[in-house]
Amino acid sequence: MLSVRGLGVRYGRSVSALEGVDLEVATDSVVAVLGGNGAGKSTLLRAVSGTLGLHGGAITSGEIRFRDERIDRLDPAVVVRRGVVAVPEGRQVFARMTVEENLRAGGLGARSAADRTAARARVSELFPVLAERSGQRAGLLSGGEQQMLAIGRALMSGPSLLLLDEPSLGLAPQMIGRIARIVTEIHSQGTAVVLVEQNATMALQVADHAAVLEVGRIALAGPAEELAASNDVQRLYLGGHAESDEQAAAEVAQARSHRSARRLARWAG
Amino acid sequence: MNTFLQLVLNGLGKGAVYALLALGFVIIFKATEVVNFAHGSLVLIGGYFVYATKDALGWVGAAALGIASAAIAALLMERLLISRATGADPNSLALLTIGVDVIVTEEIVRRLRADIPFIGDPYDAQAIQFAGLTVFRTQLVALIVGAVLLTAFFVAFRFSSWGVAMRAQAENREAAALMGIRSSRVTATAWLVAGALAGVAVLFMATQDFSGAGLGRGTHAIALIAFPAAILGGLDSTVGAVVGGLIVGLTEALSAQYISFEFSKSAVFLVMLIVLVIRPSGLFGTKELSRV
Repeated sequence: MLSVRGLGVRYGRSVSALEGVDLEVATDSVVAVLGGNGAGKSTLLRAVSGTLGLHGGAITSGEIRFRDERIDRLDPAVVVRRGVVAVPEGRQVFARMTVEENLRAGGLGARSAADRTAARARVSELFPVLAERSGQRAGLLSGGEQQMLAIGRALMSGPSLLLLDEPSLGLAPQMIGRIARIVTEIHSQGTAVVLVEQNATMALQVADHAAVLEVGRIALAGPAEELAASNDVQRLYLGGHAESDEQAAAEVAQARSHRSARRLARWAG
Repeated sequence: MNTFLQLVLNGLGKGAVYALLALGFVIIFKATEVVNFAHGSLVLIGGYFVYATKDALGWVGAAALGIASAAIAALLMERLLISRATGADPNSLALLTIGVDVIVTEEIVRRLRADIPFIGDPYDAQAIQFAGLTVFRTQLVALIVGAVLLTAFFVAFRFSSWGVAMRAQAENREAAALMGIRSSRVTATAWLVAGALAGVAVLFMATQDFSGAGLGRGTHAIALIAFPAAILGGLDSTVGAVVGGLIVGLTEALSAQYISFEFSKSAVFLVMLIVLVIRPSGLFGTKELSRV
């Protein structure tokens, strides 16, 4: 469905954010993209959704195809009409507009009025709380409600592929669990999902495939279960196998210092 | 008392014209973050086409052509200059609009030669009396036309898909693009609407009732008064533009009568300064809205 091949991205003239990134998203799958701050996760989503230009970035190599059509040179609004919709990091709801108006804005990218009506019914079913808050300004919703609105707004155009950028950021554990269930539900209704996350525990629970980005390169990729079981991912992203916090910290530091020489052993090369 | 009521009515009529202009400033600013200093030249373009064609087309046809030409001129400025400068700083683009303003204004003044024509034929210089009040017909027509257009604008801005797209883009350009909102279309429409509003405003500005001066440099100077109107209302607030316009109109009319005519133009800027000292983002300028 989505195929990213050899993608390179730069910001300005010199800052290289991604290099030689490959990512395949099959129809009807959930793919998690893991990685720390500055690894290039958001850049990857911006490249797919066509908004790099708004951040002073540009694709320098490679290509992005969606259903065999190149989408890396399209306007973001056209990418949405092709069926790829992103929920940006930090939710970015239209704070001064009401919940209802936010959803209406989301529906402006729908391909037909019938699609919009169907999407509206789906959003109401997934997020009953949004109907209760429909006349309220979005900026006054709680963080969790804003995240639901951001996802609901993105679903309003009836996407085939939903890109989520750190939906768990800044949310309470209970709300993170709820968002995870919602992602699973959206997937079960036939929408493929790319889930960019620092919260690897949550992401690996809902994804069937995953990739780990490190300083702009894919360091690791494979089935989610396999990644969840890998020692490297356990140590770096899931905090497992350590006797104490000190040991965990020491292991992370050691792993990081070896990373450039060793890469993540099993999948490197 | 009658004098006061007359001044208020005439002031509101002028205010409605300033509101149309200020709303144009604000729409463009919201859509592109550019302060359009070429707004005065859009006014002149509209006025010039009315003047040049009213003998051939009749006043109504010429007025329609004037409004359309101001709208198209605004669209051309956006398409040929603003939209091509992708990634440019809005302040640089504001300076660019000053350049456009100088060129267009000088060209129109050159074409007018010694003429300073009045273009409000159907209503100009025909004061009307009612209930013991004398009101300029131009101001009364301006008030009615302004009320109708501003209401239509706010209904569209609030309820239509264009309005939702426009507000979404004004608030968060990236999130709007991610919703499938075509940024270039929203921006182009904003300039088109702002230009049309300037084309309507000039039909009342270049009259004996409004300014006593015909179309020319004076009209351009009056158009600049809409700038403090937009700023004191809040440069990113459409409601602020209307309130700001009315305040400017009333300030001008009342200070001209009760203080002095010469002081009336300074009074407008004085009011703007006082408002900005108390509320730096203007009366309705929005601050960040967030849950803490």
